[in-house]
Amino acid sequence: MVGVAPAPAPARRRGPRPPAPPGPEREAARAAARRGALIGLPPLVTMVLLFAVPLGIVAVYSVATRGRTGRTELADWNLDAYARLLEPLVLEIAGRSLGYAALTTLLCLAIGYPFAYWLTTRRPGVRAVLLVLVMLPFWSNFLVRTYAWRVLLGSDGPIVTALAAVGLGEVRLLFTPFAVVLGLVYGYLPFMVLPLYSSLERLDLRLVEAARDLGATGWEAFRRVTWPLSRPGVVAGSVLVFIPSFGAYVTPELLGGSRTTLVGSFVVRQFLSARDWPFGSALSMAILVVMLAATVAYFRAQERRS
Amino acid sequence: MRTLTHRGRAAAVLAVTALLAAACTGGEDESAAAVCAPGETDGDLLLYNWNDYVDPDLVPAFEAAYGVEVVEDYYTSNEELLARVSAGGAGYDVVVPSDYAVAIMVEEGTLLELQHDAIPNLANLRADFTDPSYDPGNAHSVPYLWGTTGLGVNTALLGDVEPSWALVFDPEVAGALPGRVSLLDDPREVLGAALHYLGLDPNTTSEEDLQRAADLVAAARDWTAAYDSGTYEDLLLSGEVVVAHGYSGNFLEAFDGAEGYAYVVPQEGATVWTDAMAVLADAPHPCTAHAFIDFVLTAERGAALTEYIYYPSPNAAAEALIDPEILDDPAVYPAPATQERLQFLRDTGEFETRYTDLYVEATS
Amino acid sequence: MSTVTGTGSTARGAGRRGARREPEAVRPQGRAARLLTGHGWLTFAFLYLPILVLVALSFNDNRFVGVWGGATLRWYRELGSEPAIFDALRNSLVVALVSTVLATALGTAAAISLDRFRWRGRRAFDGLLFLPVIVPDVTLAVMLLLLFVQVLDLLAAVLGVRATFGLGTITLSHVAFNVAFVAVVVRARLARLDPRLEEAAADLYAGPWRTFRHVTLPLIAPGVAGGALLALTLSLDDVVVTSFVAGPGSTTLPVYVFGLIRRGVTPLINAVSVLMLAGSMLLVVVSLALQGRRGGGAVRAAVPGRT
Repeated sequence: MVGVAPAPAPARRRGPRPPAPPGPEREAARAAARRGALIGLPPLVTMVLLFAVPLGIVAVYSVATRGRTGRTELADWNLDAYARLLEPLVLEIAGRSLGYAALTTLLCLAIGYPFAYWLTTRRPGVRAVLLVLVMLPFWSNFLVRTYAWRVLLGSDGPIVTALAAVGLGEVRLLFTPFAVVLGLVYGYLPFMVLPLYSSLERLDLRLVEAARDLGATGWEAFRRVTWPLSRPGVVAGSVLVFIPSFGAYVTPELLGGSRTTLVGSFVVRQFLSARDWPFGSALSMAILVVMLAATVAYFRAQERRS
Repeated sequence: MRTLTHRGRAAAVLAVTALLAAACTGGEDESAAAVCAPGETDGDLLLYNWNDYVDPDLVPAFEAAYGVEVVEDYYTSNEELLARVSAGGAGYDVVVPSDYAVAIMVEEGTLLELQHDAIPNLANLRADFTDPSYDPGNAHSVPYLWGTTGLGVNTALLGDVEPSWALVFDPEVAGALPGRVSLLDDPREVLGAALHYLGLDPNTTSEEDLQRAADLVAAARDWTAAYDSGTYEDLLLSGEVVVAHGYSGNFLEAFDGAEGYAYVVPQEGATVWTDAMAVLADAPHPCTAHAFIDFVLTAERGAALTEYIYYPSPNAAAEALIDPEILDDPAVYPAPATQERLQFLRDTGEFETRYTDLYVEATS
Repeated sequence: MSTVTGTGSTARGAGRRGARREPEAVRPQGRAARLLTGHGWLTFAFLYLPILVLVALSFNDNRFVGVWGGATLRWYRELGSEPAIFDALRNSLVVALVSTVLATALGTAAAISLDRFRWRGRRAFDGLLFLPVIVPDVTLAVMLLLLFVQVLDLLAAVLGVRATFGLGTITLSHVAFNVAFVAVVVRARLARLDPRLEEAAADLYAGPWRTFRHVTLPLIAPGVAGGALLALTLSLDDVVVTSFVAGPGSTTLPVYVFGLIRRGVTPLINAVSVLMLAGSMLLVVVSLALQGRRGGGAVRAAVPGRT
């Protein structure tokens, strides 16, 4: 399958393919292209059927009409659902979701960076064990882990009891924005730690030493050498944390109370209690577009910087 | 293969078009359902019911009596049921929607017209349940249980309180409680409660009235801990809240053996609801479904159901078998004076989205 | 678009480079080191606190979690009398295994096709494969629900067969999001392979299939294993998508647990959770043992947790 003209095809390369020289090599390149398409065909068909087509259906539903009983009428095509995206309520919830996701990402970075750094400074044997220990809780079910926080944060729970015992009085934690962000940070921390760990671990430490030899302070060496070199990890980790926290549904449902409605719950509510599928579809389309644009813009910006 | 992109794109477009065309035309020709004899079965029963809504003996008893198996799945709200069912292809036989959901499903044509001849135990129904407003003549549904939506109160902490929505909406009362409250996570129930408290129609389609109710709910955020439709009894019993908005039977079941709690129906009026058994239009086993409905309507099963989950029964024959203590408990069977102030929630059609919008706005 | 692969490659690059250098040399010294170490252990405490509480409370002889009522095994015994749990577990395993096998095969093919060949439509495919990585669960759930509604209607109209939602729709949905994740992990591995190895095999007159079978596949095996583990975990963890496309008798374990949580059936949830945790640990230990020293990266690549 892979033999004749392996065409290393760096995935990141942009721009047109250089024209293949005429003759047998061109034939070989053509054969390789055919083979590549052939191998790619089953997954391509799968993705078209299970992703592109559903996306098209959602797009169609988003311009349909909610019938009297809530059944979607595939008639009277209109853009009302999209117009509703600009209502203050929607913007407020979207803004809140962005805020929560950004806060979660920053907190994960603040906790994860020193943690990942610390991991890389352990002896290799210890490091392997510690890494498995980082992973282990995340092999239990996501729901169950979030649920454990509900127990921990409850007004009879250990944390509130401990805070009261230290004399901080009656503190309410469960069903607050604090609980939601805590749950999100807890849920997505490993997404930050692992990419950070890999990029820090691969860092050529001689550069840091060189900086120190040239008289840089520890902080300066970090700021000028370590941080810039670890940026790929920061970028990857941030995207991996930001995207799922923006669309989170289960965590705010279990840990949130009033004033904590996020986009995920809002979409589900459109499909369930409002039975307004066109609006729910339009919201889904908007989320996808915003996420796509944000991710691409973020990667572009990071590429430019480095 | 060279033009794969173009072809791929064309294929995708074609596929979507084909699917939509099918969606517009398909699904009309439901063949006429076979006639079922009383007690006839045509396969295993696929039951889609509320969480925790049968007594544990009912399903095994049905399985033993009819020699079929029962596959049970659960939902936690009518909306979940509607989302699954109105799309078609849900694949269940019997579902248990509440009153307004029955009306919606009848209008959408997702329910089978019942063959009353196959359900002789219909005769056991109380007279006031034989012609419900949401489904005249029980043409498509048969009442399963009914109940009220009210407030569970921690009386150990609050003492004897006046049964009123003020417990969750009045800043003077609710704001001064020695704890917080929880409301159902349900736009119609929460706004309905607020409308009752304001003395307005709980099924209002007046934007102005609804806005007043929403303002009330928004103001209540300060002492509302959570909007929760599944665990409010636990929140109340674990002390997380001192007043919880919820369904009568759930509270009474949770209070069994716990001192210092009471369920009250607010004096301003409250929601009364009937959950009804219905058969889906595309049910794979309609006869087993009818047999099941008939089985539930027997006096013994009706009594066992009510004794287990503390929701009142629409079954007159069952009342003779129900523990008198339950029968006389006004928390289970509301007193006549209370009954007069109870109202069904009805589907408000296009206005329904306003309820959701204002609810989300008020709570978020 | 393909920048996400960077994630995979960084996440997987870790393993064996460590031994080459002297970590001691740049260990932060003094106060900074103590701070870092303190932070490290605190973070571990944060990660494990809920797990410990969960395990402890599963032995609590009190229906209410906050109050310790003595130790008991009764919740575990009660689990035994809940056949629904075992049905859900069986459904979960069936869906996870089938969808993982399909997604791994398809994802690996996608990775090879995109990384080793240039063909028209490649860029578009690349973009399409990127979308499932960034689409929120809820959106994907909605998309798949609408898709299956249409497909089932179509089947009913064309073939006259009324298919229903169930394990089939759940499995296909899991394939839908897992192909992309497998492809990301495998591509990261491919990107680090020296194409000259394959060229060499071709020069030695190995046919394309033999080259793939004897050179490429063994080299990317850790990536494929990592992708499969990731797919397995995502599938076993999914609630949102599954609950949208489930049908009669197809409740999976996470959906069942979500139901328990929403009903507030506390100690039972704890007992189920502890068993699930024990099961996952077993899986980790087994996969570590299988991978041995050579491909530890696969486990690392398999970070669970969508939702």
